[in-house]
Amino acid sequence: MKETITPSRLEKILAAGHWAVTSECGPPRDGRPEIIEKKADLIGDYVDAINVTDNQTAVVRQCSLAACIRIKLKGLEPVLQMVTRDRNRIALQSDLLGAASYGIHNVLCLTGDHQRFGDHASSTNVFDMDSTRLIQTVKMMRDDGRLLSGHEMHEGRPQMFIGAAENPFADPFEIRVMRLAKKVKAGAQFIQTQCIYNMPKFKLWMKLLRDEGLHEKVAILAGLTPMKNVGMAKYMKNRVPGIDVPDDIIKRLAGVPKEKQADEGIQICLEQIEELKQEEGIRGFHVMAIEWEEKVPEIVERAGLYPRPSVN
Amino acid sequence: MIMAKAKPLEEILSYLEGFQRILVLGCNGCVAVCEAGGLKEAEVLASALRIQNMQAGDRRDIQELSLTRQCDKEYLAELKDKMDNYDAVVSLACGAGVQFMAEMYTEKPIFPGVDTCFIGVTEEQGVWTERCQACGQCILAETGGICPIMRCAKRMMNGPCGGSEKGKCEISVLVGRDVDCGWHLIFERLKKLGQIGRFAEPALDKDWTLSRDGGPRLIIREDVRP
Amino acid sequence: MRLSYPTNIRIIKVPCTGRVAIIHLLKAFEKGADGVFVAGCLEGDCHYQSGNLRAKKRVAYARRLLASIGVDPERLAMYNLSAGMGPRFAEIAREMTAKIRELGPFLQPSGRTAAPQATAA
Ligand code: SF4
Repeated sequence: MKETITPSRLEKILAAGHWAVTSECGPPRDGRPEIIEKKADLIGDYVDAINVTDNQTAVVRQCSLAACIRIKLKGLEPVLQMVTRDRNRIALQSDLLGAASYGIHNVLCLTGDHQRFGDHASSTNVFDMDSTRLIQTVKMMRDDGRLLSGHEMHEGRPQMFIGAAENPFADPFEIRVMRLAKKVKAGAQFIQTQCIYNMPKFKLWMKLLRDEGLHEKVAILAGLTPMKNVGMAKYMKNRVPGIDVPDDIIKRLAGVPKEKQADEGIQICLEQIEELKQEEGIRGFHVMAIEWEEKVPEIVERAGLYPRPSVN
Repeated sequence: MIMAKAKPLEEILSYLEGFQRILVLGCNGCVAVCEAGGLKEAEVLASALRIQNMQAGDRRDIQELSLTRQCDKEYLAELKDKMDNYDAVVSLACGAGVQFMAEMYTEKPIFPGVDTCFIGVTEEQGVWTERCQACGQCILAETGGICPIMRCAKRMMNGPCGGSEKGKCEISVLVGRDVDCGWHLIFERLKKLGQIGRFAEPALDKDWTLSRDGGPRLIIREDVRP
Repeated sequence: MRLSYPTNIRIIKVPCTGRVAIIHLLKAFEKGADGVFVAGCLEGDCHYQSGNLRAKKRVAYARRLLASIGVDPERLAMYNLSAGMGPRFAEIAREMTAKIRELGPFLQPSGRTAAPQATAA
């Protein structure tokens, strides 16, 4: 077992050489406490850590930190997603300290979708820093015990396992590994990828990052989102920037009757997991079943990833 | 140059309600170049206001004039003897000119006749695009002469983000036209310049005190002061 | 060839409709015209390449301006015809005059009234 530097369970699972399994929950667009708890209950047993999205697609939702605290208080392991779109460096660091005070040990550093995607398109954005710099900031707070201002923390440094996202399907392709290297240099320890549909392109990306030896420095968790039906596949292909859905996936879904498409989507997802298990450098899976959390247990089980190992 | 766009006439008319003697004041600087607020545009606006006035059966006195610039006191001062003839002014200068007018002629309402948009360039006749956000500390030397603060929709210092597709920014679908991904441009440019190595190091934080966030900015040059 | 077109039309000659600026169109109204039409060459036949096309865009712009100050944009129009089409000119002039007559005087009775007038450029 490799050494770990934080109390993060996710880090320990990876250090022990297990496949890691993570999933995500989107908080509700109102103040109900039970929604996130229900979602967490549904998947808690089947994953090592639960990402909580931060106003994803720039739509206002319950804040990620509060929802993470709820999950933490249930005895589960949250991954605090943080986007730099809405908070400046003061607020970001402040929230990181707040998260630390609740023993939240995983953070996923993101820049975030542009606010025009969301429900407040006319709002201003902040972007005081970007994801790469946020990674560096968390690392500095954790390892050097310093804030960006230089203020020293003698106690209570955030103990966070630092993650980032990467999208191998965005352009220019040739920059993607370079950019990953930059995030690793900044301090990223695990990567959750954009959802994968174009397997050949993904494997090429993996090869290129292995050529740079990056698979030994950072744990790659393959992002997977099962398709509910062919409509969703087409929507993702045409309307969601940075998602690459090849035509054969659409054809395959369109080839089965409507009521069978969801099963087919899950089947595709399972085949992908099997295929990716063979890929050197893949250390786990990030299953993002968007508003379809109830399917996560089935996927994890059928993929042979259940029960989750215990570590301590 | 500073680019601006004429305000809708309805909006201008709404400001002018109740004023009798009106001056439409053009500026022969930037706004004349982008054909939003020069003498030509002042004439058109004044004429349109007069037609409206005739139609409404009012007897307003509407005149037009254009100054060399509205961002210099010496040109604004040319109006000193004339200002008594007007109850209100519609300034077609950029926001700076409108405010400078208001500072010099404190007793008169000065209304904006254009929306000041950005610092930009003339792509072709009738097409203007933004290039600079006046952030106060130019980083173009680092980024292949293409500004990420302005060209990247997320002002990223370590781009491109995961939304960049075929050279276009993720906001393209939202704004309904192709917007170049600033970081894609930077990447291509650095490649051409043989400076791709610049990508390896994460960029540090930008100092926003030199920008809007530091409060109103000023430049003092003792060497050129009288 | 003797052509009869309404006598209340003032013709303002310009070398090319490309020379007609928005301010000229507006000035005609300011000076009391009830309607204005621009008679340009056939599209594609401009001696200066695109003068008539530019005029077309300006007329469109001026029509929007008029609409925004409550003037019926139908009072301003652009027609395309060649120099050899005298009868067509007369016809357009009659058409335009009829249209303006229907719209009535530009200024309401409380203001200055004038016989329906059209100005052709
Ligand atoms: S797509 Fe390019 S320009 Fe748009 S936000 Fe991302 S990096 Fe910036």
